[in-house]
Amino acid sequence: MTEASESLKTTPLHSLHLELKGKMVPFAGYDMPVQYPLGILKEHQHTRAKAGLFDVSHMGQVRLTGEDPAAALESLVPGDIKGLARGRMRYTLFLNEQGGILDDLMVTNAGDHLFLVVNAARKDHDVAHMRERLKGKAEVELLDDLALMALQGPEAAAVLGRFIPEAATMKFMSYLPATFDGIPVIVTRSGYTGEDGYEISCDTSDAETIARALLAEDEVEAIGLGARDSLRLEAGLCLYGHDIDETTTPVEAGLEWALSKRRREEGGFPGYAIIKDQLANGAPRRRVGIQPDGRQPAREHTDVCDADGKKIGEVTSGGFGPTASAPVAMGYVDRAHAAVGTPVQLMVRGKPLAAKVAAMPFVPQRYYRG
Amino acid sequence: MTIKYTKDHEWVRVEGDVGTVGVSDHAQHQLGDVVFVELPDVGRQLAQGKEAAVVESVKAASDVFAPVSGEVIEANADLENDPSLVNAGAETTGWFFKLRLSNPAELDGLMDEAAYKAFVEGQA
Repeated sequence: MTEASESLKTTPLHSLHLELKGKMVPFAGYDMPVQYPLGILKEHQHTRAKAGLFDVSHMGQVRLTGEDPAAALESLVPGDIKGLARGRMRYTLFLNEQGGILDDLMVTNAGDHLFLVVNAARKDHDVAHMRERLKGKAEVELLDDLALMALQGPEAAAVLGRFIPEAATMKFMSYLPATFDGIPVIVTRSGYTGEDGYEISCDTSDAETIARALLAEDEVEAIGLGARDSLRLEAGLCLYGHDIDETTTPVEAGLEWALSKRRREEGGFPGYAIIKDQLANGAPRRRVGIQPDGRQPAREHTDVCDADGKKIGEVTSGGFGPTASAPVAMGYVDRAHAAVGTPVQLMVRGKPLAAKVAAMPFVPQRYYRG
Repeated sequence: MTIKYTKDHEWVRVEGDVGTVGVSDHAQHQLGDVVFVELPDVGRQLAQGKEAAVVESVKAASDVFAPVSGEVIEANADLENDPSLVNAGAETTGWFFKLRLSNPAELDGLMDEAAYKAFVEGQA
């Protein structure tokens, strides 16, 4: 059995992962299960077919309070936060002065505060960034005493509905304080798999009770980080530090949908001039889907070349899509080669592998639309 | 018929001067679900310890090294259609390629089944 090395942090579900014989690996400073005995392929397929439970307690949960935390946060992100109705949530981005992405996050209007979920590897950065930039305007509290789980898949609503009846009819991208067998929880209808599902936030001391109750349901299996990655890749969703980072803008990354209409017009967020120009005139490169011919996967950092062998970009995420039943990838290419259907060559171990620029997602998203 | 193992978890089963090569059952467990195998072309000369094939799981690509030197005489075409054979039968139907040994004395430096088993247990 793997033991957590001293330098690695653990989540409140760590002993449960070990009991379930999770294969533990270091991830963002945490000792996390990359897979369980079921294996990545079957865990992936199970999530698409039924429901999977993911421990995402390593992610940062943050409370933002103050006189007008929405107005304060808007100085750092390009999303419409002031217009977010109570109980609704939105995907947005922390940007730098060049329009580069410092992190991607979920923001919920929780009434008397904003509730943020940020990436594990960026939570310390994000908290420091907000404390510095929002000084005197908002209080930033990292909620270290909370755990976070994701329940994802077509059966997620039926399963969670047995414990929290009102969860079954929640709108996509909405928030609900509730009780789970008497335990206070915060439920959002959101996720990172392309499937319908929830994220459930609770006190660290209650996490194992809730996880065990969910895993006891017939439809639910524990799912590791390996399948989390293949699920999000098929769904066309970005992984921070790979598909987006400080050198990529939201326009280059194809995340224009995260640039709210009012903010595009009004600006008032970092990098606005660059992003406004790219919205009008296009960005020099674009994040695109890439579909290799045949069955051979192309991994991160694979060079993307045009038909003449000239380098036009690089793969940022790539692997095998168990549901697509084919290799799938995403990466950046020069704008001239970004149209869906454009033939490209991927240089895999020194040999060109034929591929095409492809539409994303690779597997249709099945979010709950009520 | 002898079967020998390497420290990199390849096996070679020798009949006459022909060796059949694959990865060990322990290795397939470590790799997880195999989704693609890149095999050497027939006629290619392989040198002991050098790259011979690549095995890809959902998560990552791993090199497979030639346990002994020789010329590739056959690649397992079944793996092209069904790479999961590596998981189902790593040391049987999931073999990778066959080669004609150019230096059978190299086998002496490899582990037999008992020694490999002890080696794997020592790694755990």
